[in-house]
Amino acid sequence: MSDVIQLTRKDFVSDQTVRWCPGCGDYAILAQMQKVMPELGIPREKIVFISGIGCSSRFPYYMNTYGIHSIHGRAPTLATGLKLANPDLTVFVITGDGDGLSIGGNHLLHAMRRNVDIKIILFNNRIYGLTKGQYSPTSEPGTKTKSSPMGTLEQAFNPISVALGAECTFVARTVDVEQKHMADILLRAAQHKGTSFVEIFQNCLIFNDGTWAPVTDKDVKDDNRVILEHGKPLIFGKNRDKGIRIGRDLQPEVVSLDEVDESELLVHDEHAESPNLAFMLSRMSYPRYPVPIGVFRDVDHLTYEEGVRKQIAEATRKRGAGTLQALFRADDIWTVRSHDGHNGHHEVEHPLFTMAE
Amino acid sequence: MSPSVRPVHVEEVEEVVIRFAGDSGDGMQLTGTQFTNTAAIVGNDISTLPDFPAEIRAPAGTLAGVSGFQVHLASEDIFTPGDEPHVLIAMNPAALKASLGDLMPGGTIIVNSDEFTPANLKKAGYDRNPLDDGSLKGYHVHRVPITTLNRHAVEGVEGLSTKEVDRSRNFFALGLTFWIYDRPLDNTLKWIDEKFGKRPEIAEANRRALLAGYHFGDTTEAFQTRYKVKPAELPPGDYRKVTGNEALAMGLVTAAHLAGKQLIYCSYPITPASDILHTLASLKNYSVVTFQAEDEIAAMGATIGAAFGGAFAVTGTSGPGMALKSEAINLAVVLELPMVIVDVQRAGPSTGMPTKPEQGDLLQALFGRNGESPVPVVAPASPADCFDMAIEAFRLAVQAMSPVILLSDGYLANSAEPWHIPTEEELAQRFTFHIHHPTAAEFGNGHGFLPYARDPQTLARPWALPGTPGLEHRIGGLGKQPGTGNVSYAPEDHDRMVRDRAAKVARLAEFIPPLEVFGAQEGDLLVVGWGSSYGAIHQAVDRAHFRQGKSVGAVHLRYLNPFPRNLGEIMSRFEHILVPEMNLGQLAMLLKATFLRPVISMPKVRGRPFKISELSAKIDELLG
Ligand code: SF4
Repeated sequence: MSDVIQLTRKDFVSDQTVRWCPGCGDYAILAQMQKVMPELGIPREKIVFISGIGCSSRFPYYMNTYGIHSIHGRAPTLATGLKLANPDLTVFVITGDGDGLSIGGNHLLHAMRRNVDIKIILFNNRIYGLTKGQYSPTSEPGTKTKSSPMGTLEQAFNPISVALGAECTFVARTVDVEQKHMADILLRAAQHKGTSFVEIFQNCLIFNDGTWAPVTDKDVKDDNRVILEHGKPLIFGKNRDKGIRIGRDLQPEVVSLDEVDESELLVHDEHAESPNLAFMLSRMSYPRYPVPIGVFRDVDHLTYEEGVRKQIAEATRKRGAGTLQALFRADDIWTVRSHDGHNGHHEVEHPLFTMAE
Repeated sequence: MSPSVRPVHVEEVEEVVIRFAGDSGDGMQLTGTQFTNTAAIVGNDISTLPDFPAEIRAPAGTLAGVSGFQVHLASEDIFTPGDEPHVLIAMNPAALKASLGDLMPGGTIIVNSDEFTPANLKKAGYDRNPLDDGSLKGYHVHRVPITTLNRHAVEGVEGLSTKEVDRSRNFFALGLTFWIYDRPLDNTLKWIDEKFGKRPEIAEANRRALLAGYHFGDTTEAFQTRYKVKPAELPPGDYRKVTGNEALAMGLVTAAHLAGKQLIYCSYPITPASDILHTLASLKNYSVVTFQAEDEIAAMGATIGAAFGGAFAVTGTSGPGMALKSEAINLAVVLELPMVIVDVQRAGPSTGMPTKPEQGDLLQALFGRNGESPVPVVAPASPADCFDMAIEAFRLAVQAMSPVILLSDGYLANSAEPWHIPTEEELAQRFTFHIHHPTAAEFGNGHGFLPYARDPQTLARPWALPGTPGLEHRIGGLGKQPGTGNVSYAPEDHDRMVRDRAAKVARLAEFIPPLEVFGAQEGDLLVVGWGSSYGAIHQAVDRAHFRQGKSVGAVHLRYLNPFPRNLGEIMSRFEHILVPEMNLGQLAMLLKATFLRPVISMPKVRGRPFKISELSAKIDELLG
């Protein structure tokens, strides 16, 4: 592609009317995605959005790229097949906490484990929106919904911990109301080679309004979240006067910078090969800890489709490109000849038959 | 005829059916396969039926653990592995017990008499030793102390435990069988060298066992007769032996090659389809991509994704997997993308009998999804036909822009027969693909592009690939507007889309070959079959019509949706319609519903294919 056309945000807006509830967090995510797209420098026809079912999964209809609105939970499987067919494409999977972690949990895990080069964006609103307000696998224990009038009895999934446990090579978290942060994270996720997993805290104002309030409310958010930056110590608080260090019990510990020197704080390393530190950070949750926002892990591994192509190249180098006749004849062959052209008598030739008559 | 040390009678026979039966650890599949390969190479027509337990290691010596391999070889065209074995090689009492009921009256039994110990008899459920109690009076019984003889033969080979020595017993049995049927040993000797090159002591043991078995036949007085089956008169050309699964895998590779497409096979391991995955996984130098998915649903989803990306996408499974895939197959139906879904049917419902064949998934293939979900369905008639129908399935998929289901079964999958190897020219003549991926230039830079515009002839929508500039579009599982494919719940839009999809599949009838009737072209009885029962039906009708002069014809449906367009007309020429199938009458139900006429259903659900004799008896019963 020599003549690169400079695309703008508008080029990525489709002609479809957006149909989320007014005020839904999804609007902000869509806006940032459309804004980030031109910055990727990838022609529009090489971008594909694939979704499952749920409020978030309407997303592909609104992006003027290629797209599939598939079935509940299965988007990662379609994305995997598509990447196998055409590794050149940039493929996004748009999913939610129900779609990705409940009905499609298995596919999510295995896509990450394989390191398929797809970008999974999970809108986490801790509720089922489209089916009108049942609890989801990320709902906090005790959440009261129509399907759990006395509160849920289940432990919630932590999407970041799940992704890290599944060996995902790029794992990040952002928040629907943090436009700039979200744009940065989406851009980095898109540029990562391998599976990217981004959890976006998303507000469902109809069924779960304010579920992320501690980390989104202007007044309190700085005290309740810590922004991860590679190579920097973990400092947070409205006055940036608190930090995280590893305590003697090997657990993260919130300390006051009035009492503890900055040099004692935990320094973030996104590129650590071991996911241990990232996993520990992923377990930090409100209210005991500030909630980490940013990139937990960013490592470079061979992607699945690269591996597939490599094996094909290697097999072809070793055995030569296969031909149909070679395939058909890769077994014992015998030839039936027309003997003398009359009365249909055929002679059978069997080269392996050497035993004396 | 190879020289013999003593005078023996040589009898020429047209055909013979041999069953090798033993414990699942006895290597009977291998023994049968080796015998078949040699028979094929010396030019016999062959047909085989492996029959093994689902358990990898069922308890040794029990009926559940019996593994059998039946091979039919003949000097004339044959279509089935044979109704009744003429010869049974039984490696233990359980093998004898499990197979005796199938053996031809007066048939020959060769037993490994060493294994008829009180303990083994008990495991097989024998109160008394059948070798001594006169119960085998009607058969020719040869007691051969195979274990002992084999130990002597292998004596002196260093580095083998008794267990390993005994494991070569099957080669002794094979050698003896080779002698009786005057087959050369070369092919198997060569195979042993290749297979066990890295374990020379095992190769040596197997070699010695094979030769010992052969010479035992030659020297012992017990075997007075050798049989010779002359080469079959097959049409000239090059041949090899194929199982249905092998032929299917080669057909898929060939279809991709002829269509200029990348083959992507997405599958989750399941009996009896896994061999297709194994075969294709070994063909990486043919640019074949195989994807072992995390589950059946993922395999189907990846197939859809690969089809969207422009590959020849295929998934393979068996009945339980089909059930899991059904939601995603429906997505493929509404996305209108071409792909092939292979269902190697096994006996159901639920887990059922994984290694036993059945044709119970026909209605599932046609109707097992929510909503109106038309899917073309094809079914190969023989192991070799799996090659052709794999290519046909993709041709129809592309033509209709639709998923196509191919119904094989466990019998076709594992049975083998000779296959006439097609030349490139023959392939090009028989199969042509018309694949077009649109570009924006065809639509005034893409502005006039409609992802669901239909070709007036085929009603198919365009296969526009991601990566094509200017044709960006979104498709999905929601109700949609004709043409644009935009989400729509409007009554007229839904009505139109449902009817268009149905009409598109129905229209394929114009592009599939009309049926040809075998035997009587009109008259008393038409036998309508599908799938793997072809061989038995063909033979039974051949006998009834051509030898007995009965007014019987047969058609075999390789296309089950839509039906070939002349099926109704052919049926109207016959007084009675008989539908034998390995289910409780699924095709019979379809024929009744489609053509509004009575049919006689002949169901069989025993995990076993039809025998010719069963069909002949039914024909006799109906025609008197
Ligand atoms: S239900 Fe909730 S998540 Fe769904 S569109 Fe409305 S606000 Fe958004």
